[in-house]
Amino acid sequence: MNADDQDLLDALLEGHHRALARIISKIENRAPGYRDLVSELYAHTGNADVIGITGSPGAGKSTLVDKLAETYRERGETVGIIAIDPSSPFTGGAVLGDRIRMASTIGDMDVFVRSMSARGTLGGLSTATADAVKAMDAFGKDKIIIETVGAGQNEVDIVRTADTVAVLVPPGSGDSVQTLKAGILEIADVFVVNKADRDGADRTVQELQEMLHIGADVGFGGSGHHGADAMAGTDGDSTDDTDTETDSNDLDDWMPPIVETVATKGTGVDTFIDELAAHKSFLVDSGTHAKKVRQRYAEEIRTLLREDINALLEDELESAGGVDELAEAVRMGETNPYAIADDVLTPVEDCLSEADIEAVQAEFDS
Amino acid sequence: MSSEQDEESQSQPQSHGQGEGRSIRCLVAKVGLDGHDRGAHVISRAFRDAGFEVIYSGLHKAPDEIVQAAVQEDVDVLGISILSGAHDTLVPKIMSGLEEYGAREDTLVLVGGVIPEEDRPELKEEGVAAIFGPGTSIEETIEFVRENAPER
Repeated sequence: MNADDQDLLDALLEGHHRALARIISKIENRAPGYRDLVSELYAHTGNADVIGITGSPGAGKSTLVDKLAETYRERGETVGIIAIDPSSPFTGGAVLGDRIRMASTIGDMDVFVRSMSARGTLGGLSTATADAVKAMDAFGKDKIIIETVGAGQNEVDIVRTADTVAVLVPPGSGDSVQTLKAGILEIADVFVVNKADRDGADRTVQELQEMLHIGADVGFGGSGHHGADAMAGTDGDSTDDTDTETDSNDLDDWMPPIVETVATKGTGVDTFIDELAAHKSFLVDSGTHAKKVRQRYAEEIRTLLREDINALLEDELESAGGVDELAEAVRMGETNPYAIADDVLTPVEDCLSEADIEAVQAEFDS
Repeated sequence: MSSEQDEESQSQPQSHGQGEGRSIRCLVAKVGLDGHDRGAHVISRAFRDAGFEVIYSGLHKAPDEIVQAAVQEDVDVLGISILSGAHDTLVPKIMSGLEEYGAREDTLVLVGGVIPEEDRPELKEEGVAAIFGPGTSIEETIEFVRENAPER
């Protein structure tokens, strides 16, 4: 790591806001040397609670995040917020508007709000988000909130970098609840029916409850009966294997609560915070937290490898005259994409036999 | 269409910023009590279409709030829109706030709005890079940002 980056890192650890901002920029830009920086950050992380908040546009995410931050501050905790907005697929430009809604804590530097755009990098946003979270964690933030529109897989990956995921469901989305079913609703640890003073809020709550109970009955994203039985069983036996027994069922034991809020008035925010805290305690007590963190790091390693190998190949392609010529050859019917991919990858496969992953693993086995 | 243009239209979005993965970040700020943000909206949209990342502050912000946003968001460009005539008190406050966080040197500060000719030298002395009055073309502003956004 060069001297400038070292200074920046030291400044971040000492609590200089500008250094934190600068490091997040480096992460976002993938500036030269950002990897060394992030590597150094790891040693200082692990103290923050990371909360992901997602939901459809206009569900009230930013407003709720604002109230959440305000309440945490009243309780004496520092807050970092990463607000992600889409960027234009055509120009790459973006208007990042979440900050406007976060007015309650404005002027308070202990709430660090950072707007990020989905810069159209290859799955890179979830990596950048995870790294930015690490920077805030190392800085010493107690709570880190990631806010993003719940539109697709990319966003699902982003909020998965959080320990606890809250999904906002505004009233009157009865029909869209159906369409959302096989996606974002599955990742919720806490449901928030925001704008609960509006017509149809009760109905939305009821529909969510129904969905959860059906899920519990068929064992999908399960909880409910199954979890309750398992718990009752372990209560009865006092044998030694109860621990392992509960371990295997841990993921099934959390029944996502449904919280009603009116973010603009701050109604229900305390209950919401209690539920977030309850989920965190559940994670820690049940041992699920370690499992989750492990999964997250596994995913990070995979993503890094994927991106790096991809970058290596891109460089190789570039030096060989770019992909355009090959694409033209396909267009002229001379070859096809599969054949080209095979040709390019054959030497890579040969090299893989030399890659000594076991040696890397052995290093940490002791 | 020439082959050169063809290439341009197919290039990755990020190539519109500065170098790989780099995008020009701007904060468009409304400071003080003036409530006219039409111009700020237009410029935000134009910057977006130019491929910049734009953070809009919203109306009626205090200088401290603008400084906080500029520092946290680590923007390359701070565009301040003032139509109230209070530029000679508000702009210096923002500049000294940036100074406090060590952000003054490498932030390109622009002022837009109604700024009388005789007030301009003073603002320039404060560290404002350019002042865009009524009638400035959007292309001119974008060009200025592209050429002067700090390399860092």
